[in-house]
Amino acid sequence: MITVKNLHKHFGNLEVLNGIDQHIQPGEKVVIIGPSGSGKSTFLRCLNLLEQPTSGQIFFEGTEITSPKTDIDAIRCRMGMVFQQFNLFPHLSVMDNITLAPITNKLMTKEQAQKRAMELLNRVGLPEKANTFPKQLSGGQQQRIAIVRALAMNPDVMLFDEPTSALDPEMVGEVLEVMKALARDGMTMVVVTHEMGFAREVGDRVLFMDGGVVLEEGTPKEIFETPQNARTQDFLRKVL
Amino acid sequence: MLSTLMLGAAEAAHATIFDQWWLGMKDQALAGTLDFWQNIYKEIYQNVLFNNRWLNYFKGMGVTLEVSFFAALFGVMLGMLLAMMRLSHVKPFQKLAGIYVGIIRGTPMLLQVLIINFGLFGSFAIDRVIIGVIACGLNSAAYVSEIIRSGILSVDKGQTEAGRSLGLSSWNTMQLIVFPQALKTSLPALCNEFITLIKETSILAYIALTELTKAGDYIRSKTYSAFTPYIVSGILYLIVTGVLTKLLGKLERRLRQGDNR
Repeated sequence: MITVKNLHKHFGNLEVLNGIDQHIQPGEKVVIIGPSGSGKSTFLRCLNLLEQPTSGQIFFEGTEITSPKTDIDAIRCRMGMVFQQFNLFPHLSVMDNITLAPITNKLMTKEQAQKRAMELLNRVGLPEKANTFPKQLSGGQQQRIAIVRALAMNPDVMLFDEPTSALDPEMVGEVLEVMKALARDGMTMVVVTHEMGFAREVGDRVLFMDGGVVLEEGTPKEIFETPQNARTQDFLRKVL
Repeated sequence: MLSTLMLGAAEAAHATIFDQWWLGMKDQALAGTLDFWQNIYKEIYQNVLFNNRWLNYFKGMGVTLEVSFFAALFGVMLGMLLAMMRLSHVKPFQKLAGIYVGIIRGTPMLLQVLIINFGLFGSFAIDRVIIGVIACGLNSAAYVSEIIRSGILSVDKGQTEAGRSLGLSSWNTMQLIVFPQALKTSLPALCNEFITLIKETSILAYIALTELTKAGDYIRSKTYSAFTPYIVSGILYLIVTGVLTKLLGKLERRLRQGDNR
């Protein structure tokens, strides 16, 4: 579904990504872990070109999205993204937050979009919040709405950039529950997270990144129980 | 001399109640023995009531409002364009807009008005209202562009990223997500700019456009009252700016409905 070939990203002289090759299968749940500054968020943001790679290629469902000829907006309609800071639109109601993009991109009529929004709001347990504004909601509720907003586009893959890192501890669970349900439904997911429990439970494959490269990858069992790389062992000792 | 002239007119056939009052003071006025309140009435009578002079102020206010409205419209549109240019990634656009803002902010508005009136349109017969709109609009645009630019910069980068990640084009993201939020933060400063603009149209008196200040000045040239005509003009400015402040305050509260209530 997503193929990444020799991906490099520099910020000035700083090399953040140093040659990444990955292939993500449809339906696969890939969890990316690693210390701060390892490049894991940058890697995720390259996948929908929120960061422009310095060199390398990324293919999504057969289309090279790194080619300047590609209509990146059309590609992004099929890739949902959830941010650490939620990034809900504060001037719009929850309903408008969810339906803005499907309607503006002419994927749905207003009625269809609102119907879909209510379905999804029901699924995350927030149907009564449709007409409130983001700032009236808790962090956990906001992040669940942000997930709904991304899902409303009916994406083929969901990218999660540390979705629980900005939450109060007691709100992490409700967001992870939504993500687990999504995983059970067969969504292709790429998740950058510090939630090792989630990585172990939901991940099909875990990538350990450090210094802009994938140092080690494998099933959660392999990575968490028998890590081979010294850096991986060191990192896991500190976080577990 | 002046009083005698006016007494003559007041004695004409259609004397109003105000004229009657004035006639009642005739002898004291000629003798120069009016008391305090009579003096105040004399000022108001001469500068506002006599010969429907109040119409002059309202005509002047009409011109001020007309020029201000269209100049604000022009200024906001050009200002938005300049702000977009300065925030674009096209170097020549950035430079051009930067130079424009620099020149307008760095020179007196009176000078700009004079250059546009005598330099640019000196040899054309163009309505001074249009010249006023162009001059004030060009000036205001520079300030508006800075206000809007800082408003746009104050919107969190995550908002743009969220919009783009949902497949919205950069134009739609700007128009539907960033701009409404930028406008909300810019509104107090924009309100300030509109009030400044209304007041600065008084500079157009310099090119003989009979707006509110010039209207007051015209009355002064008739009555030689040093104070009253300007005070009347001033009160009318206060009314206009006061109403505008109220209206924009209302709009601001409406735009803030997304905040905690």
